[in-house]
This record gives sequence, C-alpha cells and structure tokens, in this order.
Amino acid sequence: MSKPSKKIEGDPTTTGHSWDGIEEFNNPLPRWWLWTFYVCIIWGIGYTIAYPAWPGIKGATEGMLGWSTRANVAADIQAAEDKLAPINAKLEAAELTQIASDAELGPYATSAGAAVFKTWCAQCHGSGAAGAKGYPNLLDNDWLWGGDIENIYLTIKHGIRNEEDDEARYSEMPAFGDDYLEDEDIDAVVNYVMSLSGDAKDASVVSAGAEVFADECASCHAEDGTGDREQGAPNLADAIWLYGGDYDTIKETVTYSRYGVMPSWGNRLSEAQVRAVASYVHQLGGGE
Amino acid sequence: MEPGKTKGRNMGNYFKLIALGLITLFAMMAANYARDLAYMVHAWIIMAVSLGLFIWTLRGMGTKTVHPQDEYMDDVVRYGVVATAFWGVVGFLVGVIIAFQLAFPSLNFEWAQGFANFGRLRPLHTSAVIFAFGGNALIATSFYIVQRTSAARLWGGNLAWFVFWGYQLFIVLAATGYLLGGTQSKEYAEPEWHVDLWLTIVWVAYLAVFLGTIIKRKEPHIYVANWFFLSFIVTVAMLHLVNNLTIPVSIWGSKSVIVWAGVQDAMVQWWYGHNAVGFFLTAGFLGMMYYFIPKQAERPVFSYKLSIIHFWALIFLYIWAGPHHLHYTALPDWASTLGMVFSVILWMPSWGGMINGLMTLSGAWDKLRTDPVIRMMVISVGFYGMSTFEGPMMSIRAVNSLSHYTDWTIGHVHSGALGWNGMITFGALYFLTPVLWKRERLYSLSLVSWHFWLATIGIVLYAASMWVTGIMEGLMWREVDANGFLVNSFADTVAAKFPMYVVRGLGGVMFLAGALIMCYNLWMTVRKAPAKEASLSVAVPAE
Repeated sequence: MSKPSKKIEGDPTTTGHSWDGIEEFNNPLPRWWLWTFYVCIIWGIGYTIAYPAWPGIKGATEGMLGWSTRANVAADIQAAEDKLAPINAKLEAAELTQIASDAELGPYATSAGAAVFKTWCAQCHGSGAAGAKGYPNLLDNDWLWGGDIENIYLTIKHGIRNEEDDEARYSEMPAFGDDYLEDEDIDAVVNYVMSLSGDAKDASVVSAGAEVFADECASCHAEDGTGDREQGAPNLADAIWLYGGDYDTIKETVTYSRYGVMPSWGNRLSEAQVRAVASYVHQLGGGE
Repeated sequence: MEPGKTKGRNMGNYFKLIALGLITLFAMMAANYARDLAYMVHAWIIMAVSLGLFIWTLRGMGTKTVHPQDEYMDDVVRYGVVATAFWGVVGFLVGVIIAFQLAFPSLNFEWAQGFANFGRLRPLHTSAVIFAFGGNALIATSFYIVQRTSAARLWGGNLAWFVFWGYQLFIVLAATGYLLGGTQSKEYAEPEWHVDLWLTIVWVAYLAVFLGTIIKRKEPHIYVANWFFLSFIVTVAMLHLVNNLTIPVSIWGSKSVIVWAGVQDAMVQWWYGHNAVGFFLTAGFLGMMYYFIPKQAERPVFSYKLSIIHFWALIFLYIWAGPHHLHYTALPDWASTLGMVFSVILWMPSWGGMINGLMTLSGAWDKLRTDPVIRMMVISVGFYGMSTFEGPMMSIRAVNSLSHYTDWTIGHVHSGALGWNGMITFGALYFLTPVLWKRERLYSLSLVSWHFWLATIGIVLYAASMWVTGIMEGLMWREVDANGFLVNSFADTVAAKFPMYVVRGLGGVMFLAGALIMCYNLWMTVRKAPAKEASLSVAVPAE
C-alpha cells in the first residue's frame, strides 16, 4: 500500500526489511569514513597519554608532557612581570612630575596606563574617558579635586567617598530639601546657579537666589560660584555639568544632594599601575 | 455499547473530575499564597486549564467516541504540524527582535524593562525555537513515523493527546515564567522547579506512548529512525532530571536552589547543555531525517551497517563531550581533555548520518532539480555535516581559546539550528501536510523554492557575519602591544561588531520571511489543493 523504494539497474542488495516502503541497502561502511574514525580514536588515545586525562580514585593522570593550564598561566604572568620589573621599579621610584618628560618612562606609563584604564576605569568613565552622567569627563580642563599629576594620582590611589580607604577624598553636600531651605528658596537658588553660566528659567528670582547662594552655598562653591578643589566643590560657572545643567536636574541636586563614589585603586592595583594610569589620565588633554 | 462499559468509563470520569477539582482548588490556594508574580500567573493559568477540563469532562459524561484500533492516530500529528509552524514563527520573530536589540540597544525600550528587554527575551527565543518549535516537530514526526514504521496505532489511547496539550502547557508556563522573571538561570534549562515537574510528567507519558507503540508493532524489526527517537526521549529524561535537582525555597514560590555547587554545577549544566544539542537537536532530528529523506527520494537507505555503527558510536560518545564548554575555567584539566577528545572522535559518527542521508539520494540526484522539498532536506544534511565538523574543531582547546565567549559560538549554533534543524523540519512539514490532510500535492512548489532561497541566504548571512565578528572580537580581546598591555577595551570590541550585527539581523529577517511563506503555502495546501482519493491511514505492515 505504501510506495516501495524505486530500484535502479546495478543497485546493491537490500537487507530484506521494509518499513512503510523504506528499504535499506547492504552497502559496507565507506572506507575513508572508517579509517578517519580509526585515526581519530588512535589520536585520542595518544592525546590522553600526553595530557592530563583519566580520573582515578586519588586524582587524574597528569600526562607525559606535564602540561597544566594553571601552571601555564602562572608562568605567563611571571614572565610578563619579570620582563617589566626593571621599568616598573623605575616608575615607582620616579618623581611623579618627572614621568611625562622622561624619554623612557613617559611613553611606557602612557601605554601601561591606557591598558589599566580600559580594564578598570572604562566601565564608568567610558573607553574614551569622556565620562557619563555622574562620572566626570577626564578630557576637559574642569577638575573636581585638581588636575595636576599629584592630585590625579591621589584621587586614583585612594578614591572618593568610599569606605575602604581612610585617606579617600571626602566631602558631602547637604540635602537642602531636608527641612533646610523652603521650596521658594530652592527655586530661587537654582535659577541663580543657572544664570551663572547661561539663562535662568525664571529671571525674576535670580537676585533672591543670589542671596540664598551667598548664605548657604558660597562657603564651598565660592562667592562667584567657581568652586573649591580643596573640598571637591564643583565650579558652577563654567557650563560643565556632572549630573546635568537643566532646571530639574539642578533642583534635584540641591534638594537631595549627590554622593558620587570612586573605589580606592591603591587597594587593587600595584603602585606602578596607579602611577601609570595617573600619567595616562594626565596626558589626555586636561592635565595641569 | 454494553451498559457495563459505559459505567466503567463513567467511574474513570469521576476520578478525573475529582483530580481536576483538587488541582483547581490547589491552584487557587497557590495563586492566593504566591510569593512572586511568575508563580501567581502560573497558578492562574493552571487553575483556568484545570477548570476548563473539569467542565469539559463533566459535559462529556456518558458519551464515548470509538476509534477503530487499526487506524493511525493522525489528529494529534495534524495538531503537532500546526503547533510546529506556529511556534517556529514565534521563535524566529523573537530572534529577529533580539538580534536588532543587540545592534540597536535603544530597542530595549524603557517601558519594556523587566519583561521585553534583551535579558528576558533571549531565553524566550532559545526555548521557543529549541523546545517549542523543535520539540513539537519531534513529537509530531515521531508520532507519525513510529506508527507508519511499526504499522500500529499509537499506544495508550488519549495519552498522546495528553502529551501534545501537556507539552503546549509546558511551553506557555516556561515562556510566561521567563518574561516575568521566573528563571533558574541555567542556559536551556531556565524553567523553575514547578514547570520542570510538569515537563517530567509529560515526558514520561511521551516515553510510554512511544515505547508502547514500538512494543505492539506489527513489523519484525525496529526501524532506525525509532532507535534515534527512543535514545532522544530516554536521554532527555535523564538530563532533565539530573540538571534540575533543586530544592524549592517555598512551595508557594518559583525560586529554588540547585543541589549542585560550584564547578560541579557548571559541569552538570554543560553535560545537560551539550547533550540537549546531542540528543534533542541531533539524535531526534536524525530520526526525522532517516524517515523523510528515503520517503521523499523514494530510494532505499544507503547503508544499514553504517546506520548501526554510527548510531551506537554517536550516542556513546556524545554523552562525554560536555566539558568542552568549560575549557580554561575552574574545571580540572583532565575533564577538559576528555571532553575535547570525545568531541573530536565524535566527528565521524556524526558524519555517518550525513553520509547515509546524502548517499540515499544516489540514483535520485535529478530530483534536486525538480523537487524543492528534497533540496531543502539535502541542504539541511549539508548544514548538519558542516556544523558537526565545526563543533569538534571548536572543542579543540587551542581553537576554543580564540572562539570561546565570542559570536563564533552563536554562528555555530545557528548554522546547526537554522540550517539543520530548521530545514529538515520544513522538509518534514512540506511532506506531512499533503499526506495528513489527504491532498494530491502542495499548493505551490514555487513558493517552496522561495522559502528555500530566502532561508538559505538568510543562514549564510547569519553564519558568515558571526564568523567574521566572532573571530574579530576574539583577536581584539587578545591583542597586546609591545609591552604586553591590552590594546582594546571591551566596549571597543562591541562597537566594532555593529555592522555585522545589522547583517545578522537581516539574515534573520529573511529566514523569518521564508517561514511565513511556508505557513501560507501549507495553509493554502489544506484549503485549496486538490483532494487525494486513496486513504493512507490504515495500519498494515509493509512486508
């Protein structure tokens, strides 16, 4: 009832079985297939003798080559460290301000620092160091805690507002919305801050805002709003914004404050790596 | 009908009503006490289904439809064909969406966070294509093939219907769970413990139907396709149980904790993951291939001996290959070596299936010119051969150190999944639809050709773009300068991949378009193609 397979002159014999019309030829295994299979098996036996392979009760065979992924990677790391040890020692001993002008250390610190930056810093500051909302742009001349090599080094080594390093840079802006300033005062001071680098949203309250600013903000951000690097208080007059310069964002900042944190890299990286990445950031364009 | 029989049947229905009533009540309690949204939605779904079945059983009390036992049970296969086509389109569509989400991250819309962002949709895509599309294809074709090659009706009466609908319920539970955050974060085994338990019940029923049919077969021998199907059903059951051994945090919540810890958990996961490929996507689909290619080519299978040797070699070797997913990790070196060695030895046993598929066409090669369905089956076997060469190659540690974690892996699985699993399933659907709906022929062979070319070019775009981007990012990750410092940041490699991501998305669009054309063609075959006179649905041994 089901259509049987078609036969052609010269066909080999079939096994004699038939399922729903399907039959099977008595063809032998293709030689090349069988021999490739054998070769793979023989290679497999040889490979498992050469490399760690067969598990036993107390451990596995170690293989005749003594090969081990852990030993290999440890040797690779050691070789790289040995190769760079002399120049890293020089980097650690050098005056920070002298690194950039040193013909050997300058280029080395820049390339080593770039690798550190791409691995550890790019997640927040971007792989091109242009920053993001809440994470400073490191390419421009605007620095919260100072842009000379020594200040950059200190910031990287100890971090900002973290709880893992006692020497971390620390300052805290009050949350002025916390029963501290009236809503209208906040509105006024936000308009005043906007007017420092552009147009206020509501020009009529700017002068009232200037009074609030003088009373509440000037002690950190300076009377002209240009900030104070000693306390990490941003310059509010340069039209560069860490969280945003529109009315709503500034109002949010004044009302709730901000608390940006940076890890202490001295705890995780070697001294040479910290110096290298500080040199890299310093030469990006904004270094002082 | 004898009165006694009706009474006995009503007794059975009473038990069914009691069970369904209890399940409904329990689901109501579960919905009430639910500790998370996914669990609550699942309780509502189960409540609705069991309540519906309760009413349906109640209304059907006292009536009985008698199925002649010498007739094949084809209704469930017809439903399976429809479900396969439906879930295929769903799975391909979600794949296209997430491909473009990767190219254009802004497509992860703010309003869709938490249910339609990439992280939620990705397991939906993989499970929809592997388990919903592939699983339905396997269940439908295995039910069809085991009946035809055993000359016996499916064993177990309506148990086959339970398998079909139970499996659809599993798919709905798994999919809604992913979208609502109910996942145990194991790749290809994401469903949480309560969904796993349900799948276990359905799978045991599937095994019973399949094995029961083989046991009552009227043919003296078991056909090779059925060896593959049986190995697939048994092994998947074992993998599913071991990889999902979890302890629920509460019976009222979806969260559970796996019993395996650390590297053992990773090893069990990839023993499962690789054999999901080996037994679900390879052995099961080889069963499909061993029936549909000889049928469509109308030629005997090339070599019986090859089918025996490559079957046993394949299922023996595959089960060891999992560790190659964990090269250069916490996995001990000896396990990594064994995984690699068994993967390489697996090369020829995998190719045994390709040789038997392709050589079955000798004497019928002219059909490639005239029959686009056989063309589809042949290219599927071609992609099978290519990806079963690529797989062993990528399992070699030196190659893997470049390819691992890159898009090369994604390209590899898609040349297998779209090329092999997709194309052989399309071929099977084109074969089955006219037969099951008793049509003379397909509605349009030129539409099959359109499907063939769209899908083939789509796969080539997909695989080629992923090779390029995979090898590129692998090289970029390891690129160092003269002092040994890394040259690229991770974000640099992501940015460099953008053009290839767009090409990949376009390949996916073409594959999806082909599948939609197939759905139209199959629909019109059922609606418009001339009816066939002779019935093929009576179980008679062939010889």
